[in-house]
Amino acid sequence: MVFKIEPRPVPSKRMRYFSPLIAAALMLFTGLLIFTLLGKNPVLAFHAFFIEPINDLYGVGELIIKASPLMLIGVGLAIGFKANIWNIGAEGQLAMGAIFGGGVAIYFNESTSIFILPAMFISGIIGGMLWASIPAFLKIRYNANEILVSLMLNYVAILILSLLIHGPWKDPQGYGFPQSVLFSDSTLLPILIEGTRLHAGVILSFAAIGVGWIFLLKSFVGYQLQVSGLAINAASYAGFNYKKMIWIGLLAGGLCSGIAGVSEIAGPIGQLLPSVSPGYGFAAIIVAYVGRLHPVGILLSSLLMALLYLGGESGQMNLDLPSAVTGVFQGMLLFYLLAADFLINFRIRFKSNPTLKGTKP
Amino acid sequence: MDNIDLETNNSTVTGVPLRLELRGMTKIYPSVIANDSIDLTVAPGEIHAVLGENGAGKSTLMKAIYGVVKPDRGEILWEGKKIDILNPAHARKLGIGMVFQHFSLFETLTVVENIALAMDSKTDMAKLSDTIVEVSEKYGLPLDPKRLVHSLPVGLRQRVEIVRCLIQKPKLLIMDEPTSVLTPQAVRKMFKTLRKLSQEGCSILYISHKLDEIKELCHKATIIRAGKVTGYALPSNETPSSLAKMMIGKELPVCSQDNPELNGEKCLEVTNVSKTKSDQFGTNLNNISFFVRSGEILGIAGISGNGQRELVNAIVGEWLTKKPEDVLIGGKAVGHLDPGKRRKMGLGFVPEDRIGRGAVPGMDLMYNYLLTTHRHNLVKTGLICFDKTARYSKECIASFDVKCGGIDDQITSLSGGNVQKFITGREILQKPELIVASQPTWGVDVGAANIIRQSIIDLRNKGTAVMVISEELDELFEICDRLMVIAEGHISPSLNVCDTTKEEIGIWMSGMFPGGPVESTT
Repeated sequence: MVFKIEPRPVPSKRMRYFSPLIAAALMLFTGLLIFTLLGKNPVLAFHAFFIEPINDLYGVGELIIKASPLMLIGVGLAIGFKANIWNIGAEGQLAMGAIFGGGVAIYFNESTSIFILPAMFISGIIGGMLWASIPAFLKIRYNANEILVSLMLNYVAILILSLLIHGPWKDPQGYGFPQSVLFSDSTLLPILIEGTRLHAGVILSFAAIGVGWIFLLKSFVGYQLQVSGLAINAASYAGFNYKKMIWIGLLAGGLCSGIAGVSEIAGPIGQLLPSVSPGYGFAAIIVAYVGRLHPVGILLSSLLMALLYLGGESGQMNLDLPSAVTGVFQGMLLFYLLAADFLINFRIRFKSNPTLKGTKP
Repeated sequence: MDNIDLETNNSTVTGVPLRLELRGMTKIYPSVIANDSIDLTVAPGEIHAVLGENGAGKSTLMKAIYGVVKPDRGEILWEGKKIDILNPAHARKLGIGMVFQHFSLFETLTVVENIALAMDSKTDMAKLSDTIVEVSEKYGLPLDPKRLVHSLPVGLRQRVEIVRCLIQKPKLLIMDEPTSVLTPQAVRKMFKTLRKLSQEGCSILYISHKLDEIKELCHKATIIRAGKVTGYALPSNETPSSLAKMMIGKELPVCSQDNPELNGEKCLEVTNVSKTKSDQFGTNLNNISFFVRSGEILGIAGISGNGQRELVNAIVGEWLTKKPEDVLIGGKAVGHLDPGKRRKMGLGFVPEDRIGRGAVPGMDLMYNYLLTTHRHNLVKTGLICFDKTARYSKECIASFDVKCGGIDDQITSLSGGNVQKFITGREILQKPELIVASQPTWGVDVGAANIIRQSIIDLRNKGTAVMVISEELDELFEICDRLMVIAEGHISPSLNVCDTTKEEIGIWMSGMFPGGPVESTT
């Protein structure tokens, strides 16, 4: 069949906001199809995957715990993405935040001071931003591609964490397991609701949504970032400092990832382990895009993504599915989103005989 | 339509078939009908003008004839026979040649290599070189086949394009805005060539919006407005203003100009600025010095690609000079300051690239207004003052007659002329001390061009120093007080507009001025 792809004269603004919903619906549909092909009852599978994890208060708490780092990092990354600065290194920046924050917790484990937690967060923020400043510096100084640099630094950060846990920070009473001492109460985030694991760190994440909203939509720096992303020549014409944009774009991601790292170890984990994140730093990239780089969208998409994590765990337990199922769903979501976005900007024509009807002169 | 008589078919009377006839040509793009039932006839040896404003649909029609775009409806008759033109190669086989507005040459290849690439069959290079020399001499367009294209000035590059067509002995030559890159002298020369071709029986479709050229050169004219034929005319019977009326549908507005005395303070002073080009195809700036006074318009004439871009970048701060004192704005050294700091000192700038530099695609008019005006109290404690920005951008739209739905319209939904009115308005409303306008009316329709020129004159009358860089000599002579020429990165002495002529400036544009590149090398 003959068809051609042509740009739409006016891409629908409304559809831009609908496309994440369309993508989510298609993801669900394909997911059910996959369940059916695997010989599972699709209704039961759907229930096990998407309903069961959150049908009690504890489950909802788990959902928010999982969504918390995703929305936090998602907002941080969105700030850079707006300016076409591609920070793919949130996973490493999160690990660095955990190392810096965890280091404070380990060395002051006996202390009962109320300043310990703030000190951990400040230290973690420094760690995350330090790690994000490496690709920023190399991009400005040597025009090095920030995607490659930030991506590779992920592995360096995770290996540093592993080195510390296997070496100097190993718990002497830990029977040789690679883990740090358990954090004392004064270094742990308080629980918000009895009967759940919901910790005070989620407050920071929700605050980040609010701050991100003001920063991206109302502030002049947010505007400058957006101009830099849409038309770099217009930014230099207007006299915006692109180096500053690079610093802000990368450091925002580092800051949020650093906070997320400390929240994880001082919250649900409670110690330093060789792995402090199930890929939050990467999943947050999808969260930022599914959320249209808009803080409210990011809030919603982080909840969806968190549900995929929980559903994946539940699917492993109840449906004998492999752990890769979470990745499959994440991938489908991104794929369908990109496809929907493409069709918003372009349309496919099957005939090459357009008529005058419906075309305005 | 009004007062237009159809004088199309006299050549069929003689029994010779028409070279080309178009019947009801229609081309529809997703958002616009580029051509709507266009009829056009060209007799052998006829020079036929296709006249219309930018965006009227001239280029689309020509591309349909050359097989680049497929018409959605309509018939093409070639020498009396109905035909579908499949692609440019097919068009060339039929004997149709086209010289595009934007050159399609490989800069790193030689003249003969470029021409060989356009041949549809394998060619012997040595033989081809001889043919090039022969053909180019015959039509008064001498060319050295062995020269690399990037070493040729723009006028010669166009010559390569023309010779490339002529070598295939075309029966119909399509020329899309051919004189926009030529000096007045070169235009004369080219007209001679075209008349010779016409006498030999080659038909020419000549696309232009320059009315005096059409009157001088063309036998007949088809006038197109908004995709439709609005009239046919014999240019020799018309005046430029009657042609303009058919082209834009109303009388051509005129700018009012009253020359003030030139005794303002020096607002911009450039001293000994030199720059080695940053890329292979840039231009070196060679020891450039000049000044602009408050309350005057200084015009920089020259064919584009002669260092205008580099010069403008040095003035607005996108490229920093060696010493701060090399560029003075209002007496202060600014050579080391970035564009933002220079804007703070009262610099306004209308760049030649509108979308992508002067305006941000993907943003609406209000956000585009904010782009350069934010330093006028539109940002408080880091946050954008939306009410104020909206109010000011509405003011800009109203006072510069920007045709749009409102400040929520995407900038890309506006026509080129309206985008340019918006950008110019935005820069002017900031009350700059000095404004640099680069090709302010390039590709802008006649009506908008007049509004823009008038607003530049008004600004000058209020005491602003204005610098206009343009290729259009008519425009420069209309609005400027003083003129200078830039050629191959050299700048000429300045002349008062009343003391010079287009001919003199034209000669200077080819580099022949005191201290110019041509004189200094020979």
